[in-house]
Amino acid sequence: MMRAFLTPRFAGMLALALVIAVLPAVLQNNFQFDIAIRVAFNAIVVIGLNLLIGYTGQISLGHAGFLGLGGYFSAITVTTYGWPPAVAMVVAAVIVGALAFVIARPILRLKGHYLAMATLGLGIIVSIVLNQESWLTGGPDGMSVAPFSIGGYELTTQKQWYWVAGGLLLLATWLSLNLIDSPVGRALRAVHGSEVAAEVVGVDTTRFKVLVFVVSAVFASVVGSLSAHYVMFLSPVYAGFFHSVELVIMVVLGGMASTFGAIIGAAILTSLPQLLTVLEDYEHMIFGLIMMLVMIFLPKGIVPSLQGLLRRGTK
Amino acid sequence: MLGEFIQYLFSGLTNGAIYALVGLGFALIYNASHVINFAQGEFVMLGGMNTVFLMAAGLPMPVAIMLAVIITAIVGLALEKLAVEQTKNATVVTLIIITIGAGIFIRGAAQVMFDKSFHTLPPFSGDAPLNVLGATITPQTLWVLGITIVIVAALQWFFTRTLLGKAVLATSHNPLAARLVGVNVQFILLLSFGLSAALGAIGGVLITPISPTNFEVGIMLGVKGFSAAILGGLGSGFGAIAGGLILGLIEAYTAGYISSNYKDAMAFVVILLVLFFMPSGLFGKRGTDRV
Repeated sequence: MMRAFLTPRFAGMLALALVIAVLPAVLQNNFQFDIAIRVAFNAIVVIGLNLLIGYTGQISLGHAGFLGLGGYFSAITVTTYGWPPAVAMVVAAVIVGALAFVIARPILRLKGHYLAMATLGLGIIVSIVLNQESWLTGGPDGMSVAPFSIGGYELTTQKQWYWVAGGLLLLATWLSLNLIDSPVGRALRAVHGSEVAAEVVGVDTTRFKVLVFVVSAVFASVVGSLSAHYVMFLSPVYAGFFHSVELVIMVVLGGMASTFGAIIGAAILTSLPQLLTVLEDYEHMIFGLIMMLVMIFLPKGIVPSLQGLLRRGTK
Repeated sequence: MLGEFIQYLFSGLTNGAIYALVGLGFALIYNASHVINFAQGEFVMLGGMNTVFLMAAGLPMPVAIMLAVIITAIVGLALEKLAVEQTKNATVVTLIIITIGAGIFIRGAAQVMFDKSFHTLPPFSGDAPLNVLGATITPQTLWVLGITIVIVAALQWFFTRTLLGKAVLATSHNPLAARLVGVNVQFILLLSFGLSAALGAIGGVLITPISPTNFEVGIMLGVKGFSAAILGGLGSGFGAIAGGLILGLIEAYTAGYISSNYKDAMAFVVILLVLFFMPSGLFGKRGTDRV
């Protein structure tokens, strides 16, 4: 009975739950809570993206487009048309999921850098539309968004948002770990190893790739909606090319094919720029330098590389 | 009517030529290493910005341009030597992230060393416009097209007539086999980074009199160059040039006849459509997967 709970999977979940539970005692002010909330939101998106990049070896350079679509759908329907935020969020997720499903087949036929190009193009098209249709979206200046409320109860304080974001992060981690350990996960790893070989032994590779693409898009859409309500502001930068690239960096930096790596990657890349702002003009230089150094010395990403070192150390 | 058409043709070809130069830079590094160098756009920015600031320091334009291209080439060599070469057993994705980091680093450094405002260069030979079939064309347009043609011819000569150029081609086809016949693959990689940095810098110098530069222009130019290389078929030099020109023309005609707000979007729509029907671009190799 105890054995079942001590699998690495369960131990990891437990550790994550503990960190989320204990962290509020350590966080001192609203600024730190704000960073923690943003880390959790980004981590959810990156966990989804990691399923796609890390486990099926398919890249997406346009994932911020899904964030933007979810966010703007919520922002517009709630703020302009008065929908209940929870309904808007669910409808947005369904629409984005359906959209991802429709484009997944033609897009995922592409390989490697061609796939990167196609997803990059889709992301940029989304952000151009958001920039240009200012009657709906407020254009480059962005739009303000109503707060999130459900059943007359309004989410306002940082603490409330912290528990929502933390809870969802736990849920996303659980879903991801279960998906990886299921037959679907084994099929995904086969697709990553060799797509042709996977097909030859009877894995319907396209179906699994489409499934993961849709799951990662839905994760992004939900976070997009919530994040828009949390910040109470949304601009096309949120859906932009650079944000998409940032998400991929989080996946690779933390460690591909590692759910906890995705969380670490999101945590570092979200909080580092905040810490580096004290450097003012030198901020971007140092940020770029740190990125290069991490990838040079830990080429597999932080979590898998450190795991490798530890394993070698104990032998 | 015809005047308008020709006007758009030239503005499309001018931008397209720059995209082609950036795209060629992508193709060069891709061929040597299978890495997409996301700092390629930053090389373009460095070419323009270095020239602006060297001229502000009192150097005559030709000297400033030459120095700017050399400095940028050195940055390209440094990127290969200090970052790419230092990795051990790194996957292509890791290398790509390193080039993204390098791009952020170079942008940050440019913001500190230069400034954040927009700069422009004087046209190479005056700005008295020429009249061609009812279209007005600036002399700088001809400079862009002329120099691009010269560079393409020089590259063609380099790759087909020199031993070093053939060694680069051999490496791109099969690095292991190239190494076996005595090609210094490490050096070829270094050379590719230097050469594509120089190509990018030249593109940056050429375009700055037409569209102003600042420390951030590299992002969009990099994306456009990448798009050009992919549209034409990754790794094909001819493809990158064709892709760049097609991209420039789509943008110019969309801006002229449909909507200037959606010129970039139209370019990406066309690329997506092409990829759906030709998954390896217009002139890319059709590959089969090995198990």
